[in-house]
Amino acid sequence: MSDTHAQTVAFVRDTMLDQKDPPLNQVGAVKWIRENLFSGWLNILLTLASLWVVYAVLSHLLPWALRGVWDASNLTQCREIIAERYGAGTSAACWAVLTERWPQLIFGFYPKELYWRPILAFLIFLAAVAPVLFSAVPRKMLWVSALAPFVLFWLIWGGSLWGPIAAILGFVIGWAILTFAAPKIGTLLAVILAIVVPLFYWLVICGPLSDALASVVPLSLRAVATQKMGGFLLATIIGVSGIVLSLPLGILLALGRQSDMFIINKFSVAFIEIIRGVPLIVWLFTASLLLNYFLPPGTNFDLMLRVIIMVTLFSAAYIAEVVRGGLAALPKGQYEAADALGLDYWKSMRLVILPQALKISIPGIVNTFIGLFKDTTLVVFIGLLDPIGLSSSIRATTDWNGVYWELFVFIGLCFFVFCFSMGRYSLFLEKKLRREHR
Amino acid sequence: MSELATREVDRSQMKVSDEVAIQITKMNKWYGTFHVLRDIDLTVYRGERIVIAGPSGSGKSTMIRCINRLEEHQAGSIVVDGIELSSDLKNIDKIRSEVGMCFQHFNLFPHLTILENCTLAPIWVRKIPKKQAEETAMHFLEKVKIPEQAHKYPGQLSGGQQQRVAIARSLCMKPRIMLFDEPTSALDPEMIKEVLDTMVELAEEGMTMLCVTHEMGFARQVANRVIFMDAGQIVEQNEPEEFFNNPRHERTKLFLSQILGH
Repeated sequence: MSDTHAQTVAFVRDTMLDQKDPPLNQVGAVKWIRENLFSGWLNILLTLASLWVVYAVLSHLLPWALRGVWDASNLTQCREIIAERYGAGTSAACWAVLTERWPQLIFGFYPKELYWRPILAFLIFLAAVAPVLFSAVPRKMLWVSALAPFVLFWLIWGGSLWGPIAAILGFVIGWAILTFAAPKIGTLLAVILAIVVPLFYWLVICGPLSDALASVVPLSLRAVATQKMGGFLLATIIGVSGIVLSLPLGILLALGRQSDMFIINKFSVAFIEIIRGVPLIVWLFTASLLLNYFLPPGTNFDLMLRVIIMVTLFSAAYIAEVVRGGLAALPKGQYEAADALGLDYWKSMRLVILPQALKISIPGIVNTFIGLFKDTTLVVFIGLLDPIGLSSSIRATTDWNGVYWELFVFIGLCFFVFCFSMGRYSLFLEKKLRREHR
Repeated sequence: MSELATREVDRSQMKVSDEVAIQITKMNKWYGTFHVLRDIDLTVYRGERIVIAGPSGSGKSTMIRCINRLEEHQAGSIVVDGIELSSDLKNIDKIRSEVGMCFQHFNLFPHLTILENCTLAPIWVRKIPKKQAEETAMHFLEKVKIPEQAHKYPGQLSGGQQQRVAIARSLCMKPRIMLFDEPTSALDPEMIKEVLDTMVELAEEGMTMLCVTHEMGFARQVANRVIFMDAGQIVEQNEPEEFFNNPRHERTKLFLSQILGH
């Protein structure tokens, strides 16, 4: 190598460059449109075709929806109004069926004068889930969440307040055994007792006790039978109970499937595979028909309760598999580090493993919940009046015979609002946890 | 190989007592039919700093992982602090809370802050009040020279910092024995020194340490005994001076010539 490059290679900058703006066609909306919509002749063609499809759909849908008639007492009257306003043969929606029948779509055949009870129950429900969903809500509100199930049950079904109170007592008994008896008789025995004693109490003592208390001080609301409930009230009760109960059960099943203990492991695997391998509708028929043969005669096991149990077991099997995926994704070192610090199995699961595994599983869990919530419409096949079932019974009346789209659009929109908010919440939670943990 | 301590190692507190900390007798372990550890006999006295070296697959990590039951041995006995390791869960948890361990990949809990990582076990295993546990944690974080990172998450720290947090996390349990499983193997050369410095300080305070490492500088300066393992057995053990200058077994000579040769 000669030294010819000496002048060109050696370089010392004497003035620093100022920052300049990028060229105009490289920023903002112009750049975005160029790159994403009109980047080549094929894309230009596809963009135009898509625009035409969007136009074609909206140009039919929007006039139909916007022309809609909101005040009419039956379908014939509604069609007359449309013909009068827009000329015969124009398509327009008869939203009047909603103004007329929305209480039914929401409450089913719940007594009109008692509508305040489910509404109040819904507000309490919102207050109860707030501290669970958002960590900014004061932690003391968790007491509301803990007591809410009993209050909600009492508000919706009515009857004596002593029933829920006697039921709470069962949990108190279990808790007392775990806290006070465990140090004396050992953890394993205490856990077994804390399950067996409350179960015995609920099955044998709870009923007579609440009856006795009710006969002394009544404290009761008018009872409403399950058969009267329908529409979104029913869908929400089944959906929310299923969601709340299936998460802990699913987590336990996932841990069971990972367990080294032979019987627990095989039981979890069998449970998950059997429940998952059979369609939900079969389980619902089992709940409505077969359980009656198996249960002792005379036991009146509420149909809705049976459905809730089946839906819970069904989605718990799915949750278990989703959570198992999260558990498997954690590096083995996390388990080892927790062990090496002397944390026992339950503590290491609760404090180290599950917080991380559940975080990974959030999208899958919420996915299962959304599926569960929409599957509540299947109960129509066993004679419960979910929103779809009610739409048929509304059509069965002479007033609204022939209305399809309006009811389905409304029901679809309501489900969409619920499911979309669940999906958004899941995104919010993921973002929040990502920010916290990195 | 990294050069260690810029200062002289202070040996005044490094005293080996007659008290036995760990007694391993005729310990054997199999993975399936593969015989990983063969007739391991080892007595560790309180205050000893033992470095365990050997080629990969020689069973050195497996051996120290048996001491706190991350691995189960199938024959022979291990007695730690007078407690014999059996399948009794209570004994295992007791030993684990007395024996600290640092891993090659740190294994900090990524969903907890540094401070929470350090207070988790004291609060839930030792039942120490939160405030007191946090004070202890800050004390040890200062000792490993990263108190200012206490409220960050592990993912925001460098590898060396994470390993120092892992050491502090173990120390918060006030262990009587520390196990190190290749603590510097996953680190950049620049970060190895800061972790080794922390370990030297720990040794200077008289901690009983068992350390699987390839840092021969550390072994020379800090260890009172070097154990060389191959094919699941202890091949040679000696004082570091003798071990490095005058290895006796052919396998040891080969190993040393290979790692010190360049």
